[in-house]
Amino acid sequence: MKEAPKPRVMRDVFLSALYDRMAQDDKLMVLAADFGSPVLDRIRSDYPGCFLNVGIAEQNLINVSTGMALEGHTVIAYAIAPFITMRCYEQIRVNLGILAQIRPLNVILVGVGAGCSYSVSGPTHQCFEDLSIMRVIPGLRFFSPCDAGSVARLLPRLIDDPGVKYVRMDAKPVTDVLSNHENDMVSGFSVLNRGAGPTIVSTGIMTHVAMDACSQLLNAGKITPTVVDIYRLSPMPDLAALGSVLAGTSVLITLEEGFVGAGGLDALMWQFMARAGLKIPEVRNVGWSGGYCFDPGKREELLKLHGLDVDSVMEVVSQCEK
Amino acid sequence: MEIDDGGIGEVVSKDGLKEKALWVWQQTLLLHKRAPETRVASSLSPIEIFTALFYGGVLDFNPALPLWPERDRLIISKGHGSICLYPILADLGFIERDSLLNICRSGSLLGAIPDPVIPGYETVNGSLGHGPGVACGIALALSKRRQKQSVIVVTGDAELHEGAVWEAVMFAGHNRLDNLVMIVDDNRCAMLDYTEKVLSVSPLLMKFEAFGWAAEEQDGHDVVSLSARLKELKHEGRGKPKVVIARTVKGHGVKALEESSLCHIMSLKPEEIDRAIRTRGTKI
Repeated sequence: MKEAPKPRVMRDVFLSALYDRMAQDDKLMVLAADFGSPVLDRIRSDYPGCFLNVGIAEQNLINVSTGMALEGHTVIAYAIAPFITMRCYEQIRVNLGILAQIRPLNVILVGVGAGCSYSVSGPTHQCFEDLSIMRVIPGLRFFSPCDAGSVARLLPRLIDDPGVKYVRMDAKPVTDVLSNHENDMVSGFSVLNRGAGPTIVSTGIMTHVAMDACSQLLNAGKITPTVVDIYRLSPMPDLAALGSVLAGTSVLITLEEGFVGAGGLDALMWQFMARAGLKIPEVRNVGWSGGYCFDPGKREELLKLHGLDVDSVMEVVSQCEK
Repeated sequence: MEIDDGGIGEVVSKDGLKEKALWVWQQTLLLHKRAPETRVASSLSPIEIFTALFYGGVLDFNPALPLWPERDRLIISKGHGSICLYPILADLGFIERDSLLNICRSGSLLGAIPDPVIPGYETVNGSLGHGPGVACGIALALSKRRQKQSVIVVTGDAELHEGAVWEAVMFAGHNRLDNLVMIVDDNRCAMLDYTEKVLSVSPLLMKFEAFGWAAEEQDGHDVVSLSARLKELKHEGRGKPKVVIARTVKGHGVKALEESSLCHIMSLKPEEIDRAIRTRGTKI
């Protein structure tokens, strides 16, 4: 396997790419709910008319975004993931979901802090539910890029394909796990490794965990799993393309930093299998269980506590091979 | 469509305006007769507000081009209470007159709560409290482009219970959105009781002023003075957003509705509607 490049923060790469686009597009507008970053500071100073902090008011963030989008702006609404999805879910439903069926709106919701990115900040700052609730609104496209490279390649589509989109980003620096040609940003998924073992379907940071498990298994001379990263949860990945990857799989493991059995990635894959007519003999759904977690700690520690670290995933893989 | 000096739809005479308001009132009751599911009491209180906006020379609009870029943007936040707008939209040519006959029937554009599928409606407002924030976004965008159009948002008074309204009010005041006018249909009656008893919103003038708005009260049923004042207000550069608290009566013109704190959920029987129209008459 190639050596991973230096870890990068997804939102910084996103905002840098956005900054570059702003030189040619004066319709771009960033609205933030009092949430920032050093790269956002550059946008604020160099394009002051294209940025507004609406304050700690997520419902108004969505409503003001809607109003500006109705007048032709492409609006990037930016806040912490649990707040931009759940504090203002009804605003998203009414003003972006329902209204977008009648009037053209180009709005990109950027939620930073997927899963337990903010590992020491407790359950209010952790975001698991978005994996299910943001799949549900008709017409809303839901992206969960696993690395900064994906985010940079996604940006032109986010801006130029009109509609309402939610992008779930990790808050911490992550390595790039995908090379350019493996990630077409069209099919909704990428195959990172083809192995003789079970197939792991994962999203976000869990794709990194799956690939770390893969790497350790390879180094130990063991059978590796096929790893499929889902970077678009809604609409679901291309039926034919992902269907052909999964055809013949005898064991499927879904892996998410989200509540297991609660409508997230696991539910998406059950739905996918039904629609694709796939009958996979064994399916294991691995995710966050036990409710909300009040333990602070490093990300790896919380993942370990909830059976989502590399060792736990390797254990699941080995159980499936028996 | 040619726009004359009086503006599309403008009724210049005072008596003409009053007659128009009365006609809208009658048509609203007839709509309710066809569709008893409609919230008639909520739709009777803002009649003079909408009459003033469309016939009083306040709004710039083009029925042939409902999203005409040079229109004033009207956001009807109290959607359920705007059935009275249907006859206005039909009269002015936004929608076919015949569509009034099919209200709430399968295939009709006109439901009990309007949607922006109806020309003349810009946003989704069955759920309360969204209009002011969306109006702020529109006002901000127009201001960025230095466009002279205004954004008018009509809310209910009990609608001001919604926290999202006050997020928008703070935002508008802080950002000095002086192209934004809010009209509160202050009929003082929520769904289960009078607003004061459910959750008091007063004193409204002081609250809006504290948030950096220019605030005033008007008689919400005096269509002539309301028209004149809204026309002036639209052009007044106050350096801040503007609100008109329009004092109204829920169920205006129908005694049984006016006298009940539960009028929000009351439906009138056909004979009650006929009697109300006969009693009030169709001429001023």
